[in-house]
Amino acid sequence: MTAIAESPAPRVRAARRPSLVWLGVVPFLAFAFLFLLWPTLYIVVAAFRTPQGDWTLANVLGLFQKSILDAYWISIRISLASAALGCLIGLLVAWAVVLGGLPAWLRGPVMTFSGVASNFAGVPLAFAFLATLGRVGLVTILLRDWFGINIYAMGFNILSFWGLTLVYLFFQIPLMILIITPALDGLKREWREAAAILGASGAQYWRLVALPILFPSLLGCFALLFANSFGAVATAFALTGSSLSIVPILLFAQIRGDVLNDPHLGYALAFGMIVVTALANGLYVWLRLRAERWLK
Amino acid sequence: MTRAFAWIAFALGAIYFFLPLIGTVEFSLRMLRGQYSFEAYRRVLADPRFLDTLGYSVAMAVATIVFGVLLVVPTAFWVRLKMPRIRPLIEFITLLPLVIPAIVIVFGYIRLFNTSSILPLTGSAMGTNVLLMFGYATLALPYMYRAVDTGLRAIDVRTLTEAAQSLGAGWVTILARLILPNVLVAVLSGAFLTFAIVIGEFTMAALLNRPAFGPYMQLLGANRAYEPAALAVIAFAITWACMGLMQLVTRFQKHTRAQR
Amino acid sequence: MPFLEIARLEKSFGALRVVRDFNLAIEKGEFVSLLGPSGCGKTTVLRMVAGFEAPDSGTIRIDGQDVLGLRPNQRSIGMVFQAYALFPNLTVAQNVGFGLKVKGTGRAEMDARVDEMLRLIGLPDLGQRYPFQLSGGQQQRVALARALAPKPQVLLLDEPLSALDAKVRVSLRNEIRAIQRDLGITTLFVTHDQEEALSMSDRVVVMNGGLAEQVGDPHEIYNRPATRFVAQFVGTLNVLEAEVTDPAAGRVRLAGQEIALGRPLPPGRASLALRPEVVSLGPAPGRDLRLAGRIAEVHFLGSVIRMRVAVGSDHVSLDAFNRPDAPPPAVGEAVELSVSPRDLLVLEG
Ligand SMILES: Nc1ncnc2c1ncn2[C@@H]1O[C@H](COP(=O)(O)OP(=O)(O)OP(=O)(O)O)[C@@H](O)[C@H]1O
Ligand SMILES: [Mg+2]
Repeated sequence: MTAIAESPAPRVRAARRPSLVWLGVVPFLAFAFLFLLWPTLYIVVAAFRTPQGDWTLANVLGLFQKSILDAYWISIRISLASAALGCLIGLLVAWAVVLGGLPAWLRGPVMTFSGVASNFAGVPLAFAFLATLGRVGLVTILLRDWFGINIYAMGFNILSFWGLTLVYLFFQIPLMILIITPALDGLKREWREAAAILGASGAQYWRLVALPILFPSLLGCFALLFANSFGAVATAFALTGSSLSIVPILLFAQIRGDVLNDPHLGYALAFGMIVVTALANGLYVWLRLRAERWLK
Repeated sequence: MTRAFAWIAFALGAIYFFLPLIGTVEFSLRMLRGQYSFEAYRRVLADPRFLDTLGYSVAMAVATIVFGVLLVVPTAFWVRLKMPRIRPLIEFITLLPLVIPAIVIVFGYIRLFNTSSILPLTGSAMGTNVLLMFGYATLALPYMYRAVDTGLRAIDVRTLTEAAQSLGAGWVTILARLILPNVLVAVLSGAFLTFAIVIGEFTMAALLNRPAFGPYMQLLGANRAYEPAALAVIAFAITWACMGLMQLVTRFQKHTRAQR
Repeated sequence: MPFLEIARLEKSFGALRVVRDFNLAIEKGEFVSLLGPSGCGKTTVLRMVAGFEAPDSGTIRIDGQDVLGLRPNQRSIGMVFQAYALFPNLTVAQNVGFGLKVKGTGRAEMDARVDEMLRLIGLPDLGQRYPFQLSGGQQQRVALARALAPKPQVLLLDEPLSALDAKVRVSLRNEIRAIQRDLGITTLFVTHDQEEALSMSDRVVVMNGGLAEQVGDPHEIYNRPATRFVAQFVGTLNVLEAEVTDPAAGRVRLAGQEIALGRPLPPGRASLALRPEVVSLGPAPGRDLRLAGRIAEVHFLGSVIRMRVAVGSDHVSLDAFNRPDAPPPAVGEAVELSVSPRDLLVLEG
């Protein structure tokens, strides 16, 4: 009897103050708005304003000059290449460790190392590669002295498209390993065995079952890796100073006031970066929705 | 067959990752002509700016971690307990820093919080420090939130909370005495990751003109030959220590789980 | 000649001998169950037949051909797993057609076969669904159809019903058996549920600790268990310790009573076993052996009343049918049990 009499009470209380529940997330939302959303929005809006505060398309149109378009293009290419190669190689290594029959104790160290290497981006990474593949770096010298291969005479340059891609892979591959491993763990042993017993070869299993199941994860990884290298400033800057024309470096120099002398072009540059990463992620979301008919 | 292929993939990966490390170590020892020595390390350590900037970055990292924990733990807890429906929104927000480049965010800071704005954080050194810390908290948000939320998933938040409430505990008590200890391992792993991110961060510190470790390394790299390699080795060791500690606490957690 | 022949199979994982000297010959079209407690090696035997594990020694022949050198995808075997083994990214029809597709079967033939299989399992309209849109029972039916679609020579099922709820489990096991009879496919079925094994199988293999303790048809396994383990694992069993007083005449002293079994016994002590259903309360025709006891527990289960009766220091469980006109006996009541000496099993070991 008492239970019946008491039961409506909490409901009334909950209904009387639903707004208080919101208070719990106000600090977080305020923080996110002030230090994440508002600054971003500010840049986006400013990209369409003149210094006097009028609306304009001039800033964005100003991006369409050869030097800037070239910078975007090389940035996108490096990001695409390092994301694609990072995904591919990271998937391979993760596969080798998780499913390839390597000793089980290898897994822990590989994961820890991936954690270290994926965070070893930035300035020290540039130093490491300069010390290794620079003109007097260890590998450069060993290749020259032992094998007679002079990579610099062959046109290698760490500040080139491939050079930078090679450097970026140092944090892209481990990141891929870290984020794809749970997905590989999610591949059930029964699926592989069911496929095998139904007559499928290993390749058929991967083509018809494993890769389609992994596809959404792979897409997500790709989008993340793309954004990861597209926004990377420190490594490139430490390698080259501001001499390499990729978008983040251009923007860095612009913010520092070194070049361009047109602050609103800076907003447009930043806006362009947001557009590119947003496009990459929008594409990901769209493809994922299409790919996931079979998911709940 | 499969295993041979797996070994090859693994070996190629290992070569790619170890060569630069070996190369860096070797290079950092080359400072004195014709012999290996720790001269580069000696000079780095003797440079007062090394300790100053490193100390500054460590302080920033600690501040970021404290702020991040205070921000993320109650939020993640509250969302799981009371507002599960807005979890997708919160998760979306926490993932944004992975998509919006840091340089864009800090560009926004510089324009938004300058001396002529309502919130003139960049007007004073202290204000800029605070702003930088907020920036770092933003960068670390995806990792911190993910770690804490995963930790909370492992415990039954609702039952624990209701049990505590029935014993008369208030919210602060619940958070500090019940939730935090239970997700401590998750928080710690998020904290080490945050530390690793903040300690070498370059873009935000450089653009906000703060004397942090990242810009110092860059400056040294532009002017010296061998010291940067020594710095890279030191930075790598710091990162490795963070990850090692993270692994250690995670393993410790598994241990205590198994014992229960 | 047996169709599936397993001989002297051995398998160890490290120091653990999981399968020991395992022998089994299955005729074409026969339905054989492996029954045993968890961890006894049932799955391991099945996986060696399928080709997922390599035996340390022994042979496996299918239709006279040694299959040990063949990979799983060359053995022409169908397999149904415990649960969740449908490919989540493929529709029901694509799942069922998978085996044909990887063989390069033509479109039309494949569609026809898939339709046929879906009708066979009674889900003709669900071809376009994805696995997550099916119930557990439906998923296992689709898994069965998928395994059967390429017309395998042998069907292996590893506890396919254990993840389902009780009702579905019973109806699906009848269905699986009907389909198996229909197609006349040689089948090896793994379960740890004795009721499942007894009700479905032509023959049952009772396994324990990697050994096949007994192979026989369900009636034989239940009524004439070869070892103490089989007797105790299959069905409920009352074990009474007795002292043999006259081995030649089969006289034993049991709970202070002298009784005659009417068949010779080994001298010393003997373990006598009784199924609950061969014991009656009070006198019964054909059950001339009498044991005095006292009711210790009464469980009213509806149609059946299960009682535990203290006989000396042992307990005997027995079942009586419910009778609407007579209340169940009370705890503490002195009763007399009657048994036929024929029904007393003498356990060795
Ligand atoms: N790959 C493996 N490595 C090591 N030990 C294993 C492996 N597979 C099985 N075992 C061990 O072999 C024994 C038999 O396992 P198996 O799976 O055959 O048992 P089972 O009879 O199918 O049991 P269940 O009814 O629980 O499925 C178990 O003790 C198990 O721990
Ligand atoms: Mg099993």
